[in-house]
Amino acid sequence: MASQIDEQQVQHVASLAKLKFTDAELSEFTPQLESIIDLFETLEKVDTTGVKPMTSATDQVNVMREDVAVNSNQREALLKNAPEAENGYIKVPAIIDESGDAE
Amino acid sequence: MNFYETDLTQLHDDLVNKKISATELTKATYDNIKAKDDQIEAFLTLNEENALAEAKALDEQGIAADQLVAGIPLGVKDNIVTKNIRTTAASKILDNFKPIYDATVIEKLKAQNFINAGKLNLDEFAMGGSTENSAYQVTHNAWDLTRVPGGSSGGSAASVAAGEVLAALGTDTGGSIRLPASYNGVVGMKPTYGRVSRWGIIAFGSSLDQVGWLTTSVKDNALLTSLISGHDEHDLTSSTREVPNFGAQLNDDTNVKGLRIAVPKEYLGEGVDEKVKTVIKDALKHYESLGAIVDEVSLPHTQYGVAAYYIISSSEASSNLQRFDGVRYGVRTNDVKNLEDVYVKSRSEGFGDEVKRRIMLGTFSLSAGFYDAYFNKASQIRTLIRQDFENVFKDHDVVMGPAGPTVAYKIGSTITDPKAMYMNDVLTVPVNMAGLPGMSIPAGLADGMPVGLQIIGKPFDEETMYKAAYTFEQSTDFHKAQPNLGGQN
Repeated sequence: MASQIDEQQVQHVASLAKLKFTDAELSEFTPQLESIIDLFETLEKVDTTGVKPMTSATDQVNVMREDVAVNSNQREALLKNAPEAENGYIKVPAIIDESGDAE
Repeated sequence: MNFYETDLTQLHDDLVNKKISATELTKATYDNIKAKDDQIEAFLTLNEENALAEAKALDEQGIAADQLVAGIPLGVKDNIVTKNIRTTAASKILDNFKPIYDATVIEKLKAQNFINAGKLNLDEFAMGGSTENSAYQVTHNAWDLTRVPGGSSGGSAASVAAGEVLAALGTDTGGSIRLPASYNGVVGMKPTYGRVSRWGIIAFGSSLDQVGWLTTSVKDNALLTSLISGHDEHDLTSSTREVPNFGAQLNDDTNVKGLRIAVPKEYLGEGVDEKVKTVIKDALKHYESLGAIVDEVSLPHTQYGVAAYYIISSSEASSNLQRFDGVRYGVRTNDVKNLEDVYVKSRSEGFGDEVKRRIMLGTFSLSAGFYDAYFNKASQIRTLIRQDFENVFKDHDVVMGPAGPTVAYKIGSTITDPKAMYMNDVLTVPVNMAGLPGMSIPAGLADGMPVGLQIIGKPFDEETMYKAAYTFEQSTDFHKAQPNLGGQN
């Protein structure tokens, strides 16, 4: 099965990933992704009936710790890395664009 | 100061006995860096002022005999967070990021008074095999400046190979310590998953990432790995097993008599350069002459490793990299009208092309309708890859083969073909998939460029690997070869 990823699908995945591509980028990325997804599809050849998926290689099971509240009190230090902060909060623009020309 | 002519133990003894001061050693390290890094371009950030102040303070209090790395400047890959020292992961999106805490590995080294020489270049977010994906600079191979240093720990490997620093920390998600170690003729160890805490490593593929060292000698590597290993309550996948002193086991009595070495036929098969094969076959013959038993085996799912790895690592990356959204830290785009703009524009402008490709592949593999065919299928293949190794380890102590299918290639030669770049990882990704320890040691030259012998061990059996590596190193001269910086070798 050849993969069927086209520019429209790439746009859709980009919107899920909070990325945006220009038309030029789109025509560059689409064949690249298509070729890699073709590689992914070689896995179809392997019979994995009844094989349990492996999601971690750790040797630890059910690690517990005491539920103790700590106050690391690092707000000021943390906010220094925020692009915009005010009164101890991180500042972001309005969720809904009020200027009316949002896409 | 030529770091090839000394080692960690020697420098430590000289510091304790005041034959050299920490200040002198630190100055000598920066002299090395300044003499060579214009050509190598390994460092993204130098920590010179702090380093000299720390060295001075250490000289005043004296170097403690039980602190092996005290007063010794070492390099740190720039995806390892360092308190108050800019940490970019070689991405524009973290251009202005100064972490407010240290990674556990840094905390452990600081407790021993190590000196952080500076932060080393990598492929952006450790995604790549050549360090060409850095948003800042292209690092050069010290053996031939027109070639890549490998990646993603290319800055770390090139810096050690060029003799700028004695050792450097790297990370390895699919070969990112072993490939650059191979390409640069240095020793690189990716410990068992869980051996070293991942706390403070900027996450790429959380079920695959590990931290390890690039060094010029096996013993230095072993000594340093013990220092950063062990359980950490901040990383609940880190193992509670006891950590051996790996370096203490390496001495004149160390040998490989009776060591059972498995050589997968897939690791010397199609796609591996003939000259690389010759170097590796000679290394295996040398092991036989030292009393080891070499058997050919098969790891039948090797050919599916790259596809399965890129599905799993990209899926984990697409999730891990959601945190870079221009809100809490990192770079936010100025021209925004609403919150969605902050996310989309900051990410689209802040990430480089390879990072975007991985996020796209991961998001696609996890998306509705594709999850079973891609992510779940890859996770099942992962089980089969691990079982392949388990079967071989039933009657073998280590697996050996090349670390990479070729020597270091020319800068610019594969960067436009992502799939070709991914195929270079064919011999390293299965190790991360299975969670095993893997290392690369210098095994000789092909066309004047270093070839790395990969040694793969049983889970948490780094000890046997170090002993095998040490025996090889002590009975050959390959590790003594140094790049003729600036000239052709």
